[in-house]
Amino acid sequence: MTADATTIAIFVGIVAITLGITAWAARSNKSTSDHYVAGGGIKGWQNGLAIAGDYMSASTFLGVAGAISLTGFAGAGVYTAVGGLVTYLLVLLLVAEPLRNLGKYTMADVLASRFSTKGVRSVAALSTVIVSIMYMIGQLVGAGSIIQLLIGINYTVAVISIGFLMAIYIALGGMLATTWIQIVKAILLISAILVMVVLVLARFDFNPIVLFGEVANQIGRDALRPAHGITESLNWVSFNLALVLGTAGLPHILIRFFTVPDAKTARSSATWAIWIIGLVLLTLPIIGYGAALLVGQEGIANASEGGNLAAPQLAEVLGGSVFLAFVSAVAFATILAVVSGLVIAASGAFAHDFYNNVIRNGEASDREQHNAARLTAVLVAVLSIVLALGAQNANITVLVVLAFAVAASANVPVILLTLFWKRFTTAGAITGMVTGIVSSVGLVLIGTNVMGENALFPLGNPALVSVPLGFLGCYLGTVLSGSRAREESERGEQVTYEEIYVRSNTGISDIEEEIDTETAQRSRV
Amino acid sequence: MESDERSNLSEREGVERSGTTGAATRKRKEWDRVAQTPAFKDLMQRKKAFLVPAVIFFLVFYMSLPVLAGFTTVLDGPAIGEMTWAYVFAFAQFPMTWILCHLYRNRANKWDRLIDKARQEASKERTTS
Repeated sequence: MTADATTIAIFVGIVAITLGITAWAARSNKSTSDHYVAGGGIKGWQNGLAIAGDYMSASTFLGVAGAISLTGFAGAGVYTAVGGLVTYLLVLLLVAEPLRNLGKYTMADVLASRFSTKGVRSVAALSTVIVSIMYMIGQLVGAGSIIQLLIGINYTVAVISIGFLMAIYIALGGMLATTWIQIVKAILLISAILVMVVLVLARFDFNPIVLFGEVANQIGRDALRPAHGITESLNWVSFNLALVLGTAGLPHILIRFFTVPDAKTARSSATWAIWIIGLVLLTLPIIGYGAALLVGQEGIANASEGGNLAAPQLAEVLGGSVFLAFVSAVAFATILAVVSGLVIAASGAFAHDFYNNVIRNGEASDREQHNAARLTAVLVAVLSIVLALGAQNANITVLVVLAFAVAASANVPVILLTLFWKRFTTAGAITGMVTGIVSSVGLVLIGTNVMGENALFPLGNPALVSVPLGFLGCYLGTVLSGSRAREESERGEQVTYEEIYVRSNTGISDIEEEIDTETAQRSRV
Repeated sequence: MESDERSNLSEREGVERSGTTGAATRKRKEWDRVAQTPAFKDLMQRKKAFLVPAVIFFLVFYMSLPVLAGFTTVLDGPAIGEMTWAYVFAFAQFPMTWILCHLYRNRANKWDRLIDKARQEASKERTTS
């Protein structure tokens, strides 16, 4: 597979569309709120598509199809496809609406709506930066390798051009540009996948059962069976736990719920996302097995180690070089859009949480905040490019697993307990997040993904241990700190739980104003 | 405009740091007043009655997939043609998610009325007290 005129024309066309969107969005990107959350004016279906776009990263489209083509049910592919959907139930049922009601720009805002000390905000910002940058390096390393293979440009040039484009999108167009790029990309990605599914099924009587039958015949029944063995099964349980809990702690997904005006729209955007993501993920086994049968496992394994090029290779078999070029360009747009969302999340943690609220005591002017946000977006982009260049040979899976595991272990316990546990204290929140970060990162470092056969911890995924440790940290920090939630609220270190309880469930943010308006309306009537 | 309607965190943090307890106590009373309204209590009871079983159900239903697939061989056999039970269970997660999503959405859209009712009750309570 090498570059030809069609491929390059389609690539240039897609990049031109995204730059056009950025130029359009730049005109309305005037305030801090525009930059971080698109002014909070995104509609439900738009946000649903953007969430779906954020979630369907290169690792979903390319990675899952590739894993299914090579390892069938025994690898990470099917679990990622299924867990990637089910995890949105946790987001919809417990997290999306309360977060929308409490937060403003960042994940740390949600925790800071209850705990006013700088410690909580700082640790939450640190965790946001760790998760987002890990996730981003994984995407960039994957992107660089794929683009190198597809259009033949060098890895370094590929990573630098992606980083350069995303810095332009964010610094000029902010969240509005990122959201619209995400929407356009989601539509392109869904179209590409649907066309592929129809073309694959056309060769198997339009019947998935016939496709599965061919897999059993040509590749063997083992390709349709799960893996067994105690350690391996424990690892898959751990993997699935990280997946099903992790999304509710991924900062770049959570900030999407701040771009809509209210909890009702947050709810409808999560519903849209669940339908779109579900329909896409449901088709991935067809694409994966289709690639295994039509391209051949050997051809897929030769093209890239983890099977990451299975989907583009299948596109070439099905629709020739034009379809290959289209699918590759969509994969490129996917990566661009996802890393842009990640940069907004990470730069928000720097500029909004550290700069404005910790260093400037929340007193920076809107103009100063907006400038700081754009500057840190460029810095985060440069930092991740440098890290991605250094990590060229790193295992992408390790990075993405780590991002999900840190999110599930450090962010999810503290978010859930902030919302639902009356006795939760400042010390508990900080201890929980620190325990979650240290245990998840530590266990990955001594686990099989990093140390191979000599691993001190027998699993590649730490969630089975680090998620309970995260919750335990929150609990022990709370009961051992000697300071009760009520005492803290009397000292002004946290607001009363009644406030969080009412606010997160109703969306009332300023209680006195609310009651006054309501009373005034009643007296008029 | 939009950002004004949102929670002004920095402003409230400023108030609480300077320790103006009068305003803080007054606010606390207002939050309590909403929390004590029959409509809000009704809302929370309905939410809890749906959410607790729903979350437990989907977590157990989902985590059963890797547990049964890995530790037992019950999902290894073919179910429909050559499609194994493992795939049937995996695909069953999709309708499960969509159904639960809509069960929640339909309920939650109705609960929104209780929120408005709680606001009205809280303000009525204040004018009479």
